[in-house]
This record gives sequence, structure tokens and C-alpha cells, in this order.
Amino acid sequence: MSTPVIRIQDLATRFGEVWIHNGLNLEVARGELVSLVGGSGSGKTTLLRQVIGLLLPNRGSIELFGEPLFGGGIARERALRQRFGVLFQHGALFSAFNVFDNIAFPLRELKRYDEDAIHDLVMLKLSMVELLPRHGRLMPAELSGGMVKRVALARALALEPELLLLDEPTAGLDPDRSDSFVRLIRMLSEELGLTVMLVTHDLDTLAELSTRVAVLAEQHILAYGSTDEIMHIDHPFIRNFFLSERSVRALQHSGHVPV
Amino acid sequence: MSVARIELIDQKDGRLVRLSGRWTLATTSLRVAELAAELERSAQGNSTWDCTALETIDSAGAMLLWRAWGRAFPQVLLIRPEHRRAFERIDTADHEPRLMPPPLSPLHGVMVIGSASVGAIRHLLDFVALVGQFGLNLAHVFRFPADLPQREISANLYKSGVRAMPVTALVGFLIGVVLSYLSALQLKQFGADIFIVNIIGLGLVRELGPVLVAVLVAGRSGSAMTAQLGVMRVTEEIDALATMGVQQGLRLIFPKVVALTIAMPLLVLWATSIALVGGMVSAQLQLDISYGFFFQTLPRVVPAANLWIGLAKGAVFGMFVALVACHFGLRVRPNTESLSSNTTAAVVTAITVVIILDAIFAIATRGIGLPG
Repeated sequence: MSTPVIRIQDLATRFGEVWIHNGLNLEVARGELVSLVGGSGSGKTTLLRQVIGLLLPNRGSIELFGEPLFGGGIARERALRQRFGVLFQHGALFSAFNVFDNIAFPLRELKRYDEDAIHDLVMLKLSMVELLPRHGRLMPAELSGGMVKRVALARALALEPELLLLDEPTAGLDPDRSDSFVRLIRMLSEELGLTVMLVTHDLDTLAELSTRVAVLAEQHILAYGSTDEIMHIDHPFIRNFFLSERSVRALQHSGHVPV
Repeated sequence: MSVARIELIDQKDGRLVRLSGRWTLATTSLRVAELAAELERSAQGNSTWDCTALETIDSAGAMLLWRAWGRAFPQVLLIRPEHRRAFERIDTADHEPRLMPPPLSPLHGVMVIGSASVGAIRHLLDFVALVGQFGLNLAHVFRFPADLPQREISANLYKSGVRAMPVTALVGFLIGVVLSYLSALQLKQFGADIFIVNIIGLGLVRELGPVLVAVLVAGRSGSAMTAQLGVMRVTEEIDALATMGVQQGLRLIFPKVVALTIAMPLLVLWATSIALVGGMVSAQLQLDISYGFFFQTLPRVVPAANLWIGLAKGAVFGMFVALVACHFGLRVRPNTESLSSNTTAAVVTAITVVIILDAIFAIATRGIGLPG
């Protein structure tokens, strides 16, 4: 068994007086597509931001690819950060750059490629997320919600990451767009052999995309397993989340039959 | 981690290029130029490419090979199907319609000048419209006093007036000291010590006080107003207000302009008084002019008209600083670059407008309040 891509051990987070996480453990193996679900305010996004290294937990350790996030000098930290890409909920595109420059930015930061090679790589990334070369000239403010997500995905993939972290990838997209975006993520993750961890509310996304589901409730990972396994767990939160009328429809639609 | 390797094997029916190791961005990016050159050499002539020993290849590695192959599959290529996908993706991307830069018109130069002038005219028209809107809002408030946005005016008075008091006091005091000190050095030579009161009094009350405060307020409150309106535009808050039937002119711009028009004369009065104190202290130390003498002489040598001129300037400067700031705030487009350039433009324009207005005041009031 190789080292897990993400290993979270005994994590605890406190905001003021409130414990968000306490004794949280999670391991994500290579090639998995893990959905992180949980109620509002259960600390899903907080956990994701801790994995990225934007927030520090109060206690516990987070390792990516078997290495700690911090320490060991700038060069090591930067090399580690190049091994994962992040898709923020609202895209977080640089509003002063056009689409092309947004995707080219991480490549230019490497300072290894000439402009010709960067151009080729950006065009490839645009085509991978099913955008056209002419979209490269648009500014982020001119893009529709779905295109913003695609451009952000292309930028997250620019440095050929092994791990992709997605925060609410389908939030704010209509069902049709969100379907095609989910399909795109699944196709790319299969082709590029990515490990994916996503935070979502959307059961359609979850059922379509994930190989495993991690349920975050009561300050720790309540359950971790395939969608079918999770659905058979008898717990009030899981019952509410998965077996509400809406959820049943979504899950049946994608071939999972709830009890 | 194994690096990207290239082996050249000469066979009797041509050359065999065997690639092995990891061809990923992480392994290739450190020696892109070297690898590209080596591949270029290997691609010459009729080579057979053996990629079966590749561990992994990603888009960046594939792109390196693809460029060496002249953007097409080589005639003989041995490769595992899962690795072939990386090249097929690039092939698909290559067949997308190319990104053509729009052709440059022969009249490009004329168009640049033309669009710049149209832009400048539009700027001016927008500003006139803003002033007009303010006038309409003012008339509206006189007819329907209940619509007066009191809370906003009061909040703006506090933000741009009260909170500006410490900094204007500090700057005013120091300017008073400096001005007095420099004048004292000159006046001593002529034995005209007592004229220090005239110089400081007239200079500060009529000229320096209002301009100084206007420059400070333009940098402090003007930029804040532009940034606030700009961000409200970016986050669509202004649109939200409009859908609730709230007039942006009356609720956002009117209170800012009114508040600054009221606050500025008061700040001018405050800063000028402190500056006079600074001048008085310095005069006492330098020229031994007593505080009592200073107080007695000041009203005699600086007619009250100068104070009114100073306060009037303050009001007008305040109004224009706020109008200019709002004008640029409403022009912010939803990106960070536009926000920063408009905030800069707002402050620079506001200060320039203040100086121009000051010159106009100087000419218009040249016969008023000057002794002799």
C-alpha cells in the first residue's frame, strides 16, 4: 500500500469557543474521488482550506503525499504546492487578467518555459476543459458562471497536479451545466489519473463523481465509504441527508438504490 | 523519482529513439531547453520512436515531444494506449480554430486619437450629469424634506469630518510652525518682526488652510468614497439598491457630497486655528513675539472677509472632492485593475481640481479682504 495522498490525523479546530473539528482523521488513497459532505457550518470548507494550507488547525497534522505542508524551506513548500490544484467556489480568477493570462500565470511563475511553449500548453488546457481558443481573450467579468468554473479548472490543472481539490464545484450552475461540468471533471480525473477531493452539497454531483464519501458531522468524520455503504448507516444526519425525498430521486437517477 | 531519459540506438534501417522514465512537468521543467534540443536532434531523419518504456507522461511532457515531432505523430511510434491519449488531446487542441489577432486598421492612429477624445468628452458629460443629478436631488430634498438621507449624511460627517480631525490638526500645526520659522528668518534681516502676524495670518486663513485640508481630505475621504462605490458596483450592491427602488444618487452620492460640503469648512476652521497656534508658538520662540500681542494683532491685520473666503473655499473644495470621487467610483468596472486606476485617478483629479478652483478663487476675490 502506497502512502495516502492526503492524511489527516487527530485534527482539531476551534473558532472562538466553538470546536469545529475534534479528533478528525481521514486518509485519501491515490486515484480516489472523495466527496466531503456535511451540514452547513460543519467545517467542510474549513477542512479543505486546512488541507491547502490557508488555515492552520489548532491541533493535529495534515500530510500531503506523505509530506507535511509546512517547513523545510520555500523551495520544498513550493514544489509540494505544485503537486495539487485548487478550484475555488467562485473561481477566484485574477480579474485584471484575461482567460489566457489566468491559465498562463502558474506556468509563467515557473520561469522555465518560453512564451511559445506556454501558448501551446494554455491552448491545450483550454481544449481540455472544452473551451475555444477565442475564449482566451475574454476577461473574467465577461464569462458566464459555467465558463468561470472551466477556466478556473484549467488554471488548477496548469501545473499538471496529482491532486485536485474542489470547493463546491457545481454551486451556482444550472443542472445542465453542472452535469456537463461533473462529467468533465470525471473524464479528466480518469485520463490524468488525478486524486480528487471535493466539498459538495449537491447529491447529483456526489453520486456521479465520487468513489468514496466522507461524512463530516459531530466534529469528526462520521463515516467514510462508498455511496452505497454510507446510505446503509443508520444515523440521524445521514438519514436526513441521503434519504430525504429529493436525495432519493437524485440517487435513484444515478443507479444507487437507497434502502 | 526517475527522470526523463532519451536513448539513441542506431540500427541498420534507421535510428531508434527510446524514451523512458517520467515525462512530467515536475521532471522536465527543470531542463526544458536541454531536453527540447536533444529531442530536436533525435527527430532529424527517419527515426523510430519507442515510448513503451515511459513510466508516466503528462501534458507538459507530451507537449515537449509533440513540438519536437513538428506537431504531428511520427511515422513509426510505439506507445502504450493510455499514453497515446495525452498526444491525442494535443492533436485535438491543434485542430481548434486558431486564435487570430484582429487585423490592424490603417487608420489605427486616427482611431486611437478619436476614441481618446470621445472618452474625454464622455467623461466630462458624465461629470456634468452627476452635478445635474446632485442639483435635482437637492431640489427634491427641499420639496420633500422627509426624503433627506439624514443617517447617511451623519455617518459621512463622522467618517470624513470628525475622524479627519487628528491628522489635519497634526499637519496644520507643523505647517504653521514651519511657515512661521521660515518667515521669521527672513523678517529678522529687515527688522520687520511684527509682520510675522500678517504673513502667517493671511497666508494660513485665506490660502494654505483650505488647500491643505482639501488635499488631505481628497487623499483620505475621496479615495475611500471611490473605493466604496467601486466595490459596491463590483459586488452588484448598487444594482440591488436600484431594484429596491432606492435612488443611487439620493442615497449614495447626495449624502457624501452634502456631508463633505459641511465638514470641509469646519475642518478648515479647525486646521487653520491649530496652524495659527503652531505659527504663534514658533513666532514666540524665534522672534520673541508674545501670545498676547499675536492675539491682539491678528484681527486687525487679517480682515474677517478672509475667514469667510477661506470657509467658502472649504465648502466648494469639499463639494468637488466628493463629486469627483463619486464620479470615478461609478466608473469602476468589475476588476481589480479598474478599481485601483480609478481610485488613483479620483485622488489626482480631485487635487488638481482643488488647485484650479483655488486659482479661480484667487482671481475672483482679489479685491476683497486685502489691506491697503
